[in-house]
Amino acid sequence: MSIAAPRPETWIRTTAAGLYCEPGDFYIDPRHPVPRAVITHGHGDHARAGNGQVLATPETIAIMQLRYGDGAGAVLQTLSYGEALTINAVVVRLLPAGHVLGSAQIVLDYRGSRVVVSGDYKRRADPTCAPFEPQSADLFITEATFGLPVFRHPPDDQEIDKLLHSLTLLPERCHLVGVYVLGKCQRVLVLLRRAGYEEPVYVHGALLGMTELYERMGVALGPVLPATGAPREALKGRIVLAPPTAPAEPWSRRLPDPLVAQASGWMRVRQRAKAGGIELPLVISDHADWDELTATIEEVKPGELWVTHGAEEALLYQAGKMGFRARALSLVGYEDEE
Amino acid sequence: MERFAPLLDGLIFTPARNCKLTLMKEYFRTAPDPDRGWALAALTGELNFREVKASQIRALVMERVDETLFDLSYDFVGDLAETVSLIWPSRHGVNYVPSLSEIVTELHEATRIDAPARIGRWLDALDPTGRWALLKLVTGGLRVGVSARLAKTALAEWSNVPLEEIESVWHGLAPPFADLFRWLEGHVPRPAIEGQPTFTPIMLAQPLEDSYLGKLDPADYRAEWKWDGVRVQLVGRGGQRRLYSRTGDDIGAAFPELIAAMPGNVVLDGELLVMRDGEVASFNDLQQRLNRKLASSKMLAEFPAWVRLYDILEEGAEDLRPLPFDRRRARLETWFASAKPDRMDLSPVIPFRSWDDLKELRAGARERSIEGIMLKRGDSPYVSGRPKGPWFKWKRDALTLDTVLMYAQRGHGKRSSFYSDYTFGVWRDDELVPVGKAYFGFTDEELRRLDRWVREHTVDRFGPVRAVEPQLVLEIAFDSIHKSTRHKSGVAMRFPRVHRIRWDKPAAEADNIANVERLIT
Ligand SMILES: [Zn+2]
Ligand SMILES: [Zn+2]
Repeated sequence: MSIAAPRPETWIRTTAAGLYCEPGDFYIDPRHPVPRAVITHGHGDHARAGNGQVLATPETIAIMQLRYGDGAGAVLQTLSYGEALTINAVVVRLLPAGHVLGSAQIVLDYRGSRVVVSGDYKRRADPTCAPFEPQSADLFITEATFGLPVFRHPPDDQEIDKLLHSLTLLPERCHLVGVYVLGKCQRVLVLLRRAGYEEPVYVHGALLGMTELYERMGVALGPVLPATGAPREALKGRIVLAPPTAPAEPWSRRLPDPLVAQASGWMRVRQRAKAGGIELPLVISDHADWDELTATIEEVKPGELWVTHGAEEALLYQAGKMGFRARALSLVGYEDEE
Repeated sequence: MERFAPLLDGLIFTPARNCKLTLMKEYFRTAPDPDRGWALAALTGELNFREVKASQIRALVMERVDETLFDLSYDFVGDLAETVSLIWPSRHGVNYVPSLSEIVTELHEATRIDAPARIGRWLDALDPTGRWALLKLVTGGLRVGVSARLAKTALAEWSNVPLEEIESVWHGLAPPFADLFRWLEGHVPRPAIEGQPTFTPIMLAQPLEDSYLGKLDPADYRAEWKWDGVRVQLVGRGGQRRLYSRTGDDIGAAFPELIAAMPGNVVLDGELLVMRDGEVASFNDLQQRLNRKLASSKMLAEFPAWVRLYDILEEGAEDLRPLPFDRRRARLETWFASAKPDRMDLSPVIPFRSWDDLKELRAGARERSIEGIMLKRGDSPYVSGRPKGPWFKWKRDALTLDTVLMYAQRGHGKRSSFYSDYTFGVWRDDELVPVGKAYFGFTDEELRRLDRWVREHTVDRFGPVRAVEPQLVLEIAFDSIHKSTRHKSGVAMRFPRVHRIRWDKPAAEADNIANVERLIT
């Protein structure tokens, strides 16, 4: 940040609709419809329907069109990773966040001052999306979904092995794996293929569209079949992927003796997994774990850190210990109203 | 530890008995000796070393982790062993994973002072699941939903050796059970247990339906009261004395007065009761004793134990099991008259001529210590297990209460999409108090209808549990109901099941807590 550069908090702030860049006159991942939005990625809590102009990566735009059809936005504009676009006086770039297909960090440059909004991200390799690219920043706004030192995600292949081992041990039971529609589903598919599992994987109807979209975007997922309509007998000893709510729904009654698994970072905590009725917890997360969060802060070396999305307290404390000035984003938002 | 930790992890998440068995069989098949023997000891509760206290574990983690971060994490996770296992910083270069037998051997040698340091070294080398398993092991009580009997059942299924045979040698063996595994794998003959106070698997009765009585000749059968206690076996052999539960668990330490009263050189079958002034106390009183591993002198005075004898299996060196019941009964009476043991009496044989006689007796037995009647063929030898025909239990009619469905929880496996576990309550003024839980007694068709009803009447959700509108009356049948400090409502039911679903009955007409209290024994 040069001497004359404005301090980040003078040109970016939280509002009721979400994070707002004043000189650019746009919102990032707005919670309510706004005239102009920049979207980090396609998950429902970030990409909502009904905005005017929408800027995002081509993959995120495609995901929003699949989800919302005409509601995706009045004007849809794509920006590929690394390209720059000037909106008013603000230069906007999107860099890979490594979270899901098309996920981006938003890099904003304004008069020599730089803000990086991480969106959701992770640091470990994910074959379904481009890896996170760290970028130095005056202000880094990071997520903290797993911002506690008890969250250290194990290697993916170890978790996939657990699933495959269970399948050989209990070959009569259908293995119903709860996964999010966007990202987790496709990542689990690719991880299974990499582990040498070549059998067809059955998926819940809600996952089909996104899975096809990934395939169209060049992510090979191997044989995928719809679970609905498959004969009960054919699902014995098979892997069925479905939204995490499916095991509780009458839909799952078509499955022969389902063993309920779930692929999520929350599965790290046994009590939580058990309380959710999970028999086979698979710790596979699309969010940075504690080590990834702290390593990223160290790497980005931001002049200031804002923390949002999850367990802020521990990460703020840790960032302070590491010598960074850090605040919870929600607190920043309240300050504006005082 | 590489295999033992995933075994515990699997067991804790797997609700189905069959899948638990599969996991244990796989472990016994693949784990090396003597690890699997120590694991078996851990699962059957026979690993004894000085337990490490939670405060010691906390002190250990505080040497390595920032206190603020630990406290925030502990708040979130809510369980000390789990928090420590997850937050423990792995140390690079420390990757020698100790085997279960190394851990057990070292812990046996460890003193109170140096145990934590050893544990710290192992925690450094283990992964989170290994750390969690280690902490469960050293803080005592695995609590992974496996009984000693289930572990023995897994051994039986894995080796194709009948469970009764394993149970009958069990108490002649000790961890890490090298001779047991060699026998189960067919390398050596059955371990010699002669002269040791081992358990003989007991003989059980079939339930009797009233309609079946007509097919039986009353002259062939002897009748006894079925007492509301727990079946036990007393073994005096080779100068040692043991008291076993019906599943072969050694419960002698909890009943020192019975061990002291036991004569030697005899094996007896009877009912364990609490007896005060010649009267059988409630099952709840017995429960006070059963809940404890050791008995205080206060417990001994307040809840004195007694055994009412049914049968004699061995006298001196003579195995009496092949003799017919009538001959054994005569031997039991003769033995009792000469031995005059303290804290024991004989369960009387009830004379009767016809089934109608017996029905009347059964209906007239209002004593709460009587659960029903046992019928035993006069010519029946004592056979372990539950043979069809020689012995019947003819229970008294169940008690029932009209209750209101309060919460429903999703089941597991085949029932994972059904709300199949029901918490029900009764009225206290205009508020419902939960009094029990039931998850069987209904047909598949009724389950589907109940599930639909729960979904349509949900008022709140907590994970897999739904709170429902207080509108549906469940008629619950149960064997008895007792005061209990372990349940919020202050009562505990034995064998509650859904007897009828009263779709027709207004919830306001369900029973109230006063009705429940009247049934307490
Ligand atoms: Zn996301
Ligand atoms: Zn998010």
